Amino acid sequence: MSSKEWPLWEVFIRSKQGLNHKHVGSLRAADAEMALENARDVYTRRSEGISIWVVESNNVFASDPSESQEFFEPADSKIYRHPTFYDVPDGISHM
Amino acid sequence: MNQAHVDFVLRIADDSLILGHRLSEWCGHGPVLEEDIAMTNIALDLIGQATSLLSHAATLQGEGKTGDDLAFLRFDREYRNLLLVEQPNGDFGMTMMRQFLFDAYRTILFERLQSSSDEMIAAIAEKSLKETKYHLKHSSEWVIRLGDGTEESHARIQESLNTLWRYANELFYTDAVDDEMRNTGILPDLSDLRQQWENTVNHVFQEATLTIPTNNWKQEGGRKGMHSEHLGYILAEMQYMQRAYPNMEW
Repeated sequence: MSSKEWPLWEVFIRSKQGLNHKHVGSLRAADAEMALENARDVYTRRSEGISIWVVESNNVFASDPSESQEFFEPADSKIYRHPTFYDVPDGISHM
Repeated sequence: MNQAHVDFVLRIADDSLILGHRLSEWCGHGPVLEEDIAMTNIALDLIGQATSLLSHAATLQGEGKTGDDLAFLRFDREYRNLLLVEQPNGDFGMTMMRQFLFDAYRTILFERLQSSSDEMIAAIAEKSLKETKYHLKHSSEWVIRLGDGTEESHARIQESLNTLWRYANELFYTDAVDDEMRNTGILPDLSDLRQQWENTVNHVFQEATLTIPTNNWKQEGGRKGMHSEHLGYILAEMQYMQRAYPNMEW
């Protein structure tokens, strides 16, 4: 990859039904404005969204896959953290 | 049939059709994937506008023709598009400059046509304006980016402006067709079109550090069906299938 390549940007789209922006992919652009327009052209051609966020990939600080054991596995054995041990009273709906 | 009315619609329709076709030539050849898709999107917007406008023209004509007949079975002298939109793509900067000069004009035209007494034109203008505003944003940002970019990008897009400027005057071409359309309320007042267009263009060129050519040589003729040699090649490619296999559908 040449050093002249434009920076990489991560794209987040909020759909008509959704409340949150979801990561949909990435693209290259020279600046934030171009990233937003490219995201519009590449990721919302079929009415996928009503709002777009773009974040330069450099600014994403990610967890290290090699640390995934100590990072995530300890939670696997803590089943009591899920609220599944309660009896839901009869009068409560939408649970 | 009102010939002026048909001609008027054809002029707008053919601008969209021919420029859309020109942009579609970039499909698979864009400088980067994202821009390839962006140009193809714009091409599709324009072809969509042409589809609506040409079928409206066919209805007004009342000769039992369809929009497709008008798109694929007219001769070059029967096309009413501006010379600007049939000019070759050149490099990416040339394509963006052509697009910018056109978008700046189209935005004003569609804004006004929303109040046309021809309700079909008004509806098409309202829908197309949203597309065109985005096209203008896209093309003007590229003109600024390239003009105010590197020494090479500046020199090349200035050269594009020098080449295309001679076709800009035709954007403001008017004749008896426009007079009649104004009298019937189909064409709202556009007397400040040039002024508004120059405001946009001057503003963008200033930011792009580009200089408007001082030579005064102007080219026009497209609105009357007198085209540059380029249109024939476009039509040869565009119409080949219908000419070789009449009534073919796929």
